[in-house]
Order: sequence, then C-alpha cells, then structure tokens
Amino acid sequence: MMVSVLCTSALVPGCSRKDAGGPAGSLVIAGSTALQPLVDQAAKQFMANNTRVQITVNGGGSGAGLTQVAEGSIDIGDSDIAAEEMPGVDASKLVDHKVAVVGFAVVANPRVGVDNLTQRQLIDIFTGRLTNWKELGGADQRIVVINRGKGSGTRAAFKQWALRGNEEIESMNVDSSGEVRQTVAATPGAISYLAFSYLDDSVKVLNLDGVAPTVENVTSGRYPVWSYEHMYTKGDPGPLAKAFLDYILSDAVQKSLVTRLGYIPVADMQVTR
Amino acid sequence: MSKTGPRPGPPRLVVGAAAVLVVVTAAVVVFIAWRGLATFLVNKVHPFEFLAGVVWRPDRPAAEGGPLVGILPFLAGSVIVSTLAVAMSTPLSVASAVFVTEVAPNWGLRVLQPAIEVFAGIPSVVYGWVGLNVLVPFIRNHLGGLGFSVLAGALVLSVMVMPTIVGVAVDALKAVPLELKNAAYGLGSTRWQFIRYVLLPAARGGVLTGVVLGLSRAFGETLAVQMVIGNTRLVPRSLLSPAVTLTSGIAMDMGHTAAGSLWNNALWSMALVLLATSFLFIVVIRLVGGKGAAG
Repeated sequence: MMVSVLCTSALVPGCSRKDAGGPAGSLVIAGSTALQPLVDQAAKQFMANNTRVQITVNGGGSGAGLTQVAEGSIDIGDSDIAAEEMPGVDASKLVDHKVAVVGFAVVANPRVGVDNLTQRQLIDIFTGRLTNWKELGGADQRIVVINRGKGSGTRAAFKQWALRGNEEIESMNVDSSGEVRQTVAATPGAISYLAFSYLDDSVKVLNLDGVAPTVENVTSGRYPVWSYEHMYTKGDPGPLAKAFLDYILSDAVQKSLVTRLGYIPVADMQVTR
Repeated sequence: MSKTGPRPGPPRLVVGAAAVLVVVTAAVVVFIAWRGLATFLVNKVHPFEFLAGVVWRPDRPAAEGGPLVGILPFLAGSVIVSTLAVAMSTPLSVASAVFVTEVAPNWGLRVLQPAIEVFAGIPSVVYGWVGLNVLVPFIRNHLGGLGFSVLAGALVLSVMVMPTIVGVAVDALKAVPLELKNAAYGLGSTRWQFIRYVLLPAARGGVLTGVVLGLSRAFGETLAVQMVIGNTRLVPRSLLSPAVTLTSGIAMDMGHTAAGSLWNNALWSMALVLLATSFLFIVVIRLVGGKGAAG
C-alpha cells in the first residue's frame, strides 16, 4: 500500500512495477444518464490500462451531477445541459469539459405523410398552433406532441436549438428516449425528438428545412439541433480526473467508443458554440 | 425451557429496535417537512398558489412570468385515478371476500388465497408493462384518444389494490362471531339475507379499513401508473384524457433538478402533500376501524 502510494505521488525511479508511475486512486462520477454509457465504457477501458485506479460511474440525472460536483461530493459531474442553464447551480466554480456532441432528430409516426418541416412549422407544432398533419400536407390526423420530462437534457437542447427557446405546450411526457421511440411508433399522429443514437426504422425521421439529421450535416454546421455533452469538475481537475478526461478526449475514445455509441467526436466539429 | 423465572434476552433488543423504528420514522417526517416547507418559507410561494395552481412551469424564466409551481393537475390526477380504481375494485374485492368466507370456504380459500398472494407479489413494473402493451392499445383502438389515459391508470390500479382490499375484508368477515350467523339462520334467514343484513354490516369497519388501505396503496403507486397515464400536466377533462399523478410527477423531474432550487423544493413539497395524505388515510382508518362490531 505505502509503496504504491509513494510510487504514484513521487514518480520516483526504482518503482519498477509495470504500471508504476501511472495514475492511482479513485474517482466518483455521476450525472446524466444520456452520457453514462460512454463514461462507463471509457472508465472500464481506463481501469484496464491503469490497474490501480478505481472509477465509479453513477447516473442520477444532469441536475444531480451538477449539484453534487458543485458541493464537492463527487469528482466529476456529467450533464447534457450547460451548468449556466441549470437553475440553482453555481456555475462560476465549475470547469466545463466538452467531451462529445449529440445530434437530435425530429421523429414522427411513420404514417403522418410528411417528410420535411420548416423550423417555423416545427415551432408552431410544439407551441400548439398547428394541430393537424393535414395543414402540413400530410394525412388527416391530429398531431400528438410527445415531450421528454421537463428536466431532460434532450428536451432542453431541443427547446433551445430546434424551438429557438419557445415554450412547448403541455403534452404527454415520456421518461426516456427508448420510451419516446416506442410511443411515437405506436401512436398515430405522434411527433417527438430523439438523439441520433436512438433512431431506427420504427419511426419516421423528418428533415428540418430540407436538411437531413446526419452526423455530416451536424459537423458541417448545416443542421442546427445538437448540443455538447459536458463533464464538469469543481475548479481545475485533480491529476487523476485530468488523466481520465484527457483519456476521454484522446483518439482511443473519440475515434472508437464515441462514434460507436452514437455520439459525435468534438474534434470533428467544424463549427463551435 | 422453564417458564418460572423472568426470561433473559430479547427485551433490550426489542426496545432498541422499536426505538430505531420510531426515530427513523420521525427523521423521515422531519426531513420531508423541512425540505417541503422551503417552497413556502424560502421561495415565498403562497400555499394556495401551490395547491390550486394549474400551471407547472418551474423552468419558465422570471422575465416571462415564471417560475410557476401549481400542483393541481398532479393532485387532481392522483385523487381521480385512485378513487376510480378503488371504486371499480371494491365491489369485486368485497364479493370475492364474501365468496371465500361464506359461499365456498373450503376450495374457495384454497384457490383464491394463493391467487391473491400471487397478485400481491407481482412487481408494479409488470402491471405497468402489461397495461402499456394490452390496455393502452385497446383503449386507443376501441374507445379513442391516445390510449394513455386516466382510464388506463385506474384499471391497472384497480387490479393492483385488489389483494389489499380482499385480504383485509376476508379477515374482517372471518372475525364476525359465529353466534350472529347461527342466530340469523335460526331466525330463518336465507344465505343472501344473512350476508346482506348481518355479515356485511357487522364487518363494515374492517371492510372499510381495507378500502382505505387500498386507496392509500393506489395513491402511493408510482411506476405502473406512470407507464400508462400519459404524464400530461393538465387537469384531465375525461376518462380518456392523459393525466399525471403526484408520485409520477416527482419521479419524472427529480433527477434533473438541482438541490435547493425552487423546482427541487416544489418536488419536496409534493412529497409533503403525499405524506400528509397518508396521515389522513391513517386517521380515517382509525376512525372507521373503531366502528363496527368486528372492527
């Protein structure tokens, strides 16, 4: 025990074990469930490479992640939402690390008969001014708006970038992206939104102002509905937290895990916010 | 084992356990009250605005007239769905209890008892899952609307509260003294007359206790209802409208709010309302349980 601690802290020569000099210690990470799969997998790989590191990754939601990291009770707080936009969180003490980009697509029930919406039409649908697909050239079918829960990071991103901040009407709320997909597929006239990683053939993916929601269109800046995934530390990260964040931003994670799990690598973005 | 001297052992442990239970309960009550009252004491929301407000926009910026934390849609949803569930479940449950105790005590109890126990043991997510896949499409296709509705929630709950009501009602009916039965039959009552005029009135307190326990169970159920009710923060206008309940409202928002914010405090206040409701149910049970011969 003592030996290993000495080896890490001082990086002294003479520590000849294989992983000597590498980081050691433990990290506790919590927050966004949308980001959890990525952080979880990255943590597993990181621990495999650094056997003296223990990383615990919990969910709890973006709000919990931000609150706890601001309190100092965890090392890193994951969030889909920028800390400045979370009511009740003192963002001034937090340092943002943008680790991935997520694109969001507008999805509808396959039988609505519409392939494209303008942003204006989208806003009118979600604010209740358009109520039938017929008005958009589709089937004679009442529009059923389905939202994520009020605190969802996906909903916040959608409201900010797709609805330009307009407040949605009260409507059915669904707890998770998987449920959104299932409900939209089953409910005639339904419209909602999903992160790219959740898209499949059971729902109709709508173009926005004629632009398809694809990774290429997000990175080139043509498609506007995307947001960063954040990992926050309180002040500058400690050595171990920094090593882990560097690992997540390294090619080993960005070029494989990030794309495999349906996120977009930060480095691919030709536009920034 | 001799029964003469005072027995050694348990008492201190038992007293300790009881003390822990009381302290934990008190701590939970104090904690919820402390967090729940912050909405009114710290954020200065008027309790009337909170309980009777129909707009839940805790995220609306102050510049646009927010934030608003009216919980009437949640309160209305909980009350309507639970009441409806118990109203549908009670006749069936009480009739089952009568069947088991009076009509077919032997095989009835042997078959129904395990069935009820199985019912009680099924996790709520399974009820919700079945409701989502069977009830919701059925209502959508045959009755109209989205399928996600007050009706779907109430139907799922009515099955879930049945074990509670049947269980308590069976005990209450069994506790009715045999003398009453003998007297009734001795006076020439038919079985129906005995059940209608003697058995049920005599067991009224116990049966009502079961009904209130069922109501309390329905009020507190979260997951199964959340899966089928459509979680729409509006006071429902019909049985086919989607709605929202206090419990599902808390569950949907809690992970996304920062501790100490008005939004978070308002969720604690909703928990406080649930706590107050369960106290109310306990008081009602004490009152009705005290009445009636077999109570």
